[in-house]
Amino acid sequence: MDINRDKNTESGGSCCPPPQPAGMPLKFVSSSLSRPLVSDLREKYDCVTGSVESLAGAVPRVSTAWSSSDRLGAFRSRIGAYRMRYTIPPGLYAVGEPTKGSDVFVTANYKLSFDHLRRALKGINGWILVLDTKSINVWCAAGKGTFGTEELISRIESTKLDKIVEHRRIIVPQLGAVGVNAATVKKRTRFRVEFGPVRADDISGFVENNYKATTEMRKIRFGMRDRVVLTPMEINPAMKKFPQFALIVLLIFGIQPSGILFQDALWGGLPFILLGLLAVFTGAFLTPALLPYVPFRSFAVKGWIVGIFAVYLLVDHLHYIPTMDSYLKAVAYIFFPMMSSYIALQFTGSTTYTGMSGVKKELKLGVPVYIVAATVSFIVTIFHKLVVWGVI
Amino acid sequence: MKYLADVTTIEYNADKCTGCGRCIEVCPHGVFDMNGKKAFITDKDLCMECGACANNCEFEAISVDYGVGCAAAVINSMISGGEPACGCSGDDGGSSSGACC
Repeated sequence: MDINRDKNTESGGSCCPPPQPAGMPLKFVSSSLSRPLVSDLREKYDCVTGSVESLAGAVPRVSTAWSSSDRLGAFRSRIGAYRMRYTIPPGLYAVGEPTKGSDVFVTANYKLSFDHLRRALKGINGWILVLDTKSINVWCAAGKGTFGTEELISRIESTKLDKIVEHRRIIVPQLGAVGVNAATVKKRTRFRVEFGPVRADDISGFVENNYKATTEMRKIRFGMRDRVVLTPMEINPAMKKFPQFALIVLLIFGIQPSGILFQDALWGGLPFILLGLLAVFTGAFLTPALLPYVPFRSFAVKGWIVGIFAVYLLVDHLHYIPTMDSYLKAVAYIFFPMMSSYIALQFTGSTTYTGMSGVKKELKLGVPVYIVAATVSFIVTIFHKLVVWGVI
Repeated sequence: MKYLADVTTIEYNADKCTGCGRCIEVCPHGVFDMNGKKAFITDKDLCMECGACANNCEFEAISVDYGVGCAAAVINSMISGGEPACGCSGDDGGSSSGACC
């Protein structure tokens, strides 16, 4: 599960609620004006299959199966900015044939979160309460406060949940606890928050276990598959900056006393561009994928180790780059493992276990090292050029 | 998997603990466990400072300087001077805090 990357939609202030007319409560605005009709929802979302009557009106019913467009949406959300607009309107939904006694499950309006929940509710008759988290998953939104106490309370009120169900229990995903204060929700709505399991897949087990999550259900996992699905969002940002890097490399190698020579730029620069691509691969893919198997806890150190191993393999083991003198070799060994290290450090934003204090410590120690390494690499490259030109 | 040792800011005050068990319920890393009628910290280094426990402890027995453990957010906050906040949308590298009202 993405923690920190599946985030923000806020470009151009779209998150700002419209100014409230005096005396008009938020719940009125959200329930009566912005809640789409079931027929409109059916047209737009193929997971909406019909409606269920309740004491508070018609509630859209959703299927627990994923269609091909759900799978495509999940894939597109994993690889890019599509995630920012992959939403389902907030409000109440039904699965199966829910009654006044059925459970209420709370989730975010990021459609991937919603889809995971409804798929996990297969065979269960229940209600789904979707909070407005601006297209952000539960954990990230809870950290930002959008999946929070106030939003949950106002959504309970605007959907008239107290009329729809007789009991006073709502099941909130455990990772929502960062934003939801259960005691306040109880005080203001009389609904008791039960924090459910971390993973939606465990919900049926949780319900069967009399609404008690086992220790295993409470812990977040971060297996190889969980890590690898996050790597496209590590590789994409790194590759976006790559053209600038390549241009600088070509420029440095192309500059000759007689001007900028295309041939020199290409033949001198290509090995370094190749090493740059390798650093992106080791920092953004290999280090995250092999995370627990790379020694040391620091992400910067992990990235550096994988990086220097890759540089050694390419430069000295396979002798893939025959044209390097000892100056350039030194640059290869200084610069590219550091680049891999820096990129690997960015993965802290996607993990499920790195805390802010640790990241601050890594950066405090790491940033000066990165700056020194980049400066030394530049100076040694200049030396190499001066030697080639016969100046020294 | 554990992150760096001895860096977490989590503090637990056993005197204030009533043994309700909420912290055990909300922690995704099993940082807390029960010892009779009080909670106790099993391993501080497991804590990722998400703040779920402190947010839900009615008796203020837990405090933690919570925030996002994300290098991009921390770098942005170093540059802009704000608190580290999720702000990377994946395509613009993020603008830390401030973009949202």
